[in-house]
Amino acid sequence: MEDVLITGLYVFVIAGFLGYSVISRVSVLLHTPLMSLTNAISAISLVGSLILAGSNRGTMATVLGTIAVGCAFANVVAGFLITDRMLKMFKRKEPAKS
Amino acid sequence: MNELFTVLATAAPEGGTEGGGIASWIDLIYLISAIGFILSLKWLSHPSTARRGVFAGEIGMLLAIVGTLIKTEIVDYRWITLAMIVGAVVGAPIALLIKMTAVPQRTAFSHALGALAAGLVGTAEFYLHGGELSRVIMTAIGFETILGYLTFTGSLMAFGKLQGVLPGKPIIYPGRNVINLSIFGGAALCGLYLVLNPGATFLFPWLIGLSLVFGVLLIMGIGGADMPTVIALLNAYAGLSAAAMGFAINNKLLIVAGALDGTSGLVLSIIMCRAMNRSFTNVLFGGFGATVAKAGEEEERTVRSIHPEEAAQILESAQSVIVVPGYGMAVSQAQHKVRELFDALSRKDIDVRFAIHPVAGRMPGHMNVLLAEAEIPYDKLFDMDEINSDFPQCDVALIVGANDVVNPAARTDKGSPIYGMPILNVDQAQTVMIVKRGMSAGFAGVGNELFFMDKTMMLFGDAKSYIGDVVKELSGVHA
Repeated sequence: MEDVLITGLYVFVIAGFLGYSVISRVSVLLHTPLMSLTNAISAISLVGSLILAGSNRGTMATVLGTIAVGCAFANVVAGFLITDRMLKMFKRKEPAKS
Repeated sequence: MNELFTVLATAAPEGGTEGGGIASWIDLIYLISAIGFILSLKWLSHPSTARRGVFAGEIGMLLAIVGTLIKTEIVDYRWITLAMIVGAVVGAPIALLIKMTAVPQRTAFSHALGALAAGLVGTAEFYLHGGELSRVIMTAIGFETILGYLTFTGSLMAFGKLQGVLPGKPIIYPGRNVINLSIFGGAALCGLYLVLNPGATFLFPWLIGLSLVFGVLLIMGIGGADMPTVIALLNAYAGLSAAAMGFAINNKLLIVAGALDGTSGLVLSIIMCRAMNRSFTNVLFGGFGATVAKAGEEEERTVRSIHPEEAAQILESAQSVIVVPGYGMAVSQAQHKVRELFDALSRKDIDVRFAIHPVAGRMPGHMNVLLAEAEIPYDKLFDMDEINSDFPQCDVALIVGANDVVNPAARTDKGSPIYGMPILNVDQAQTVMIVKRGMSAGFAGVGNELFFMDKTMMLFGDAKSYIGDVVKELSGVHA
């Protein structure tokens, strides 16, 4: 158990530093898409929800799991779709003048 | 390939009996998924690669889902399928139909959903183990549940405020910080007690309840203009909650993705705080903007108000114009009219640029998205630090619905609540035009000296219709 914890902490800390250096480089221009993208990624709690909903561990687990899957998946779908919708709008060149 | 499979199978982690082979494949899939998320954020750094970033993120999420679904523990797919269909049916229309001005509340709502999922999973994990949890796992579940539920209600509150369902002004009452902190402390103590005595299951509902209440109270005291910081912070909490879930169910992918989100939210909220020259504690506990402006002193001061025709003439004779958008532009949906103005002036060879304050709007980068939606090329959008030194050479600074971020009191008036906040130096421009509904104070409740300067002209009216009129004038004369 201790090993698992330590490995987990290593992963957490390193991913945190990695996140810091990657995020700091994101252009100010894109902070809103960044937030909706990380919002979509934070719905990774879907993984835990799926296991709970599908592993047949009693009614309570299945009910809570199913609700959780619904919520998390709505978050995933909405997050990715709207991020892409926003990014499509960022254009460098002026579109044809009317 | 077969050899690789054998190697992986023998290297399988404990816990996988006959599913050992599968389990290591799943670990591998999760690893690729984590790489997808990292690349996703990396590619987001620049507009030219950003959409590839979304794609990488989608692949990452797809792999995470597939990897999970092939787990041997998952035996029943009925509820999963149902829930995913419902989730997609709810999520997709929100994303595809919502107006760009409503992106902040959508993000808040989405945070609420994701955080609720984390909270529910934590709750189920706790009860499934029936009070027999190792300290490590109980700690993880405690973090996961507290963060999940407080983010859930907090995000719903933020959603309500942004959507206008709840009053946008902070709700302040005496002793509020003491009450908030005791409620949070209560939740944390329940968590701590459960770590030491996992059998005390009666405490768990208290932990849930206190976290839910704390989320409500925390956001209740926060006003509209602090939303950029708060949404970023809620983003961080949602991520940290997912990471805690990773510790609880020993899943590295959750830890990686959660840590990425956690730092992302944290970095953004630090940027926002810095842009307002305020500390975290001040944003969260300061009740900023609740103070009512002392209206006494500025009763009879006159401002110069001009008509759209005059505004058009002045703009026409300018060589360089810097537009400063604020939340008011979003409220009146004026971004498309601003774009028409941009076109009309550009056709006359007038240089038009946009100066964007980091906290303009209701979430980080809100203005950029609105202007991009109106198809204004992004190389015309400038960050405060990039453009601030150009104001003295600019003929007209046109302020559309911004107030506090251009208030010179932040530089000069030590008594002002916004003193020390970095602002856009519009007062250094040759002429300042302010499109505004009326003389009301900004969010901070502070009067703005800028309105009364000799070179300032007030363009009273709704931003959308006023700018529309200016554009008509501009194209009418020289059509």
